[in-house]
Amino acid sequence: MTVTTEPPGAVRLDAPTSRSRSELSAIRAGSDAPKVSKKVRQGPAGLFAIIGALVLTVVPVVWMVLASLKSRNDLYSRPLRILPSKLVWNNYHRAFNEVPFLRFFINSFATTAATTAIKVVLGVTTAYALVFLRFPARRLIFWFIVASLMVPFEVVLIPNYVTTARLGWLDSWLGIVIPTAGVAFGAFLLHQTFRAIPTEIIEAAEIDGISRWGLMTKVVVPMSRPAIAAFALVTAVAKWNDYLWPRLVTSRASSTTLPVGLTLLRDSEGVNEWGPIMAGAVLVILPIIPILLFAQRRVVDGLTGGVKG
Amino acid sequence: MVRARRRSEYLFAGALLAPNLLLLFWFTYRPLVESLRLSLYRWDLISPQKVWVGFSNYTESWRDPVGRKTIVNTLIFSITTVAGSTVGGLLFAFALLKKRRGSSAARSALFSPYLMPGAVVAIVWYFMFDPRFGLLAAGLRLIGLDSPNWYNSPGWAMVMVCIVYIWKQLGYTCLLFIAGLQSIPPELFEAAAIDGAGWWARLRRIALPSLRSTTSFVLATSFIASMQAFDVIYVMTQGGPLDGTRTMSFQIFDEAFVRFRVGRASAIAAVLFVVLLVVTLVQVRILDRKDS
Repeated sequence: MTVTTEPPGAVRLDAPTSRSRSELSAIRAGSDAPKVSKKVRQGPAGLFAIIGALVLTVVPVVWMVLASLKSRNDLYSRPLRILPSKLVWNNYHRAFNEVPFLRFFINSFATTAATTAIKVVLGVTTAYALVFLRFPARRLIFWFIVASLMVPFEVVLIPNYVTTARLGWLDSWLGIVIPTAGVAFGAFLLHQTFRAIPTEIIEAAEIDGISRWGLMTKVVVPMSRPAIAAFALVTAVAKWNDYLWPRLVTSRASSTTLPVGLTLLRDSEGVNEWGPIMAGAVLVILPIIPILLFAQRRVVDGLTGGVKG
Repeated sequence: MVRARRRSEYLFAGALLAPNLLLLFWFTYRPLVESLRLSLYRWDLISPQKVWVGFSNYTESWRDPVGRKTIVNTLIFSITTVAGSTVGGLLFAFALLKKRRGSSAARSALFSPYLMPGAVVAIVWYFMFDPRFGLLAAGLRLIGLDSPNWYNSPGWAMVMVCIVYIWKQLGYTCLLFIAGLQSIPPELFEAAAIDGAGWWARLRRIALPSLRSTTSFVLATSFIASMQAFDVIYVMTQGGPLDGTRTMSFQIFDEAFVRFRVGRASAIAAVLFVVLLVVTLVQVRILDRKDS
């Protein structure tokens, strides 16, 4: 997944970050030697980096939004017109008329929601069994799951396509969802999280006579809510962005997802019809914007979660 | 009694694990083996018959000029993007480490492209690169330069996809480097600053030596990701012009589902798998040695 899927081998088994320590020392440095830290803070590099990072990301995004609101004359003018001379919505109309954008949206939403739900449930049950239950070959099963991270998606692409076709799942939500629903990264991430739950809490619950199922749903899951939420977000973003798999298993416009639909729009409009294409791009990216703005911290925690011990 | 309890624990564990293990077996391990097997056959994806050809898919891919070009392109693309996003990510991480007004906004901004759909990134940047009506061309005209022919020159097309891919990955490497830098006590940097060490000296003499395991992790994961880069290349250039951006992961798709040469595609996939496996194992080893 570009986040796209966690690259295989992305599990990091050491624990190089200790945020608490660096935060502590940052506080100490602040109170003991304010002048010194001020001196380090000075210097143009930080400012350049801030401006550079903002420009680098914001310019293409703003350019996309502006282009989606420009008339043909504004888009193809020389010298280049930065702001539209008047705002037009025509590009959005054309995007919707040319390809079934609403269908794309429904397909994307349904497959993303289903994949995320399945992966979260399977991630929780897998990690719970591995951490809290005793059964034969536990270590072997753990490595069976983690080692699957080393298999690149490109390598299983062809046989999985054949399987999906044989099951009659081409052009269906099932075909988009099920072959990508196995959980390895999430199981590992939640395994680490569950292991960090203090044993006293587990023992206290057991003394109270809680069932195994109750221990999972009433104690372990509520205590791990931040990690589960982070994993859910990472999974949802990855599935929403996925291109290769839905491109492969859908051949009809009515059954495909937004990113693939965006390229269908380009193919039907012609490569240089930038107005409608940029309108389509805005529509694809729109649902991710709240995550980028408000939940990025969570996503970051999910992605680096395997890093912390 | 005890035995009954244990049995119910086994059953419960089995019920919890079975769906995921089945999915992983059926859609990861079984196809992995199947893919290796297919690389020894000639098959067009549709006909019921597969013809055993031994290792000729491997040798033919190697002899084929396009096959060799694909390998060269993959190396150029991977090395360029890994170097670009690692160096860029480190510089940004070091410069954005100190909390100040705007630094966390800058970090978020930098990380955002990593969360955007590859298809959107590719299409928006393709527009930016338009030699006649793109923003980049306009910027170049402003300083008196003509836009390179990004769309039709194989060399410039490769530069273009590399730039776009680095743009997309930069925030991820930066994030990992920031995490690594945060584990270095800030007093070290402050002491060095008092001693008159400049920005560059602090980066080289203090940050870099402490970042060895982070750096090896960043190098390995970005290499693994770049070898699998598909959507940016597929959407921007379709491997063209003149095979100029044809990489292995694109070629797997193209051979299997456009040219219907499943054997060849599987052979490339097998090579990709082995390369990535070696990189992963070396990386895990390096980290293990660090731990002990």
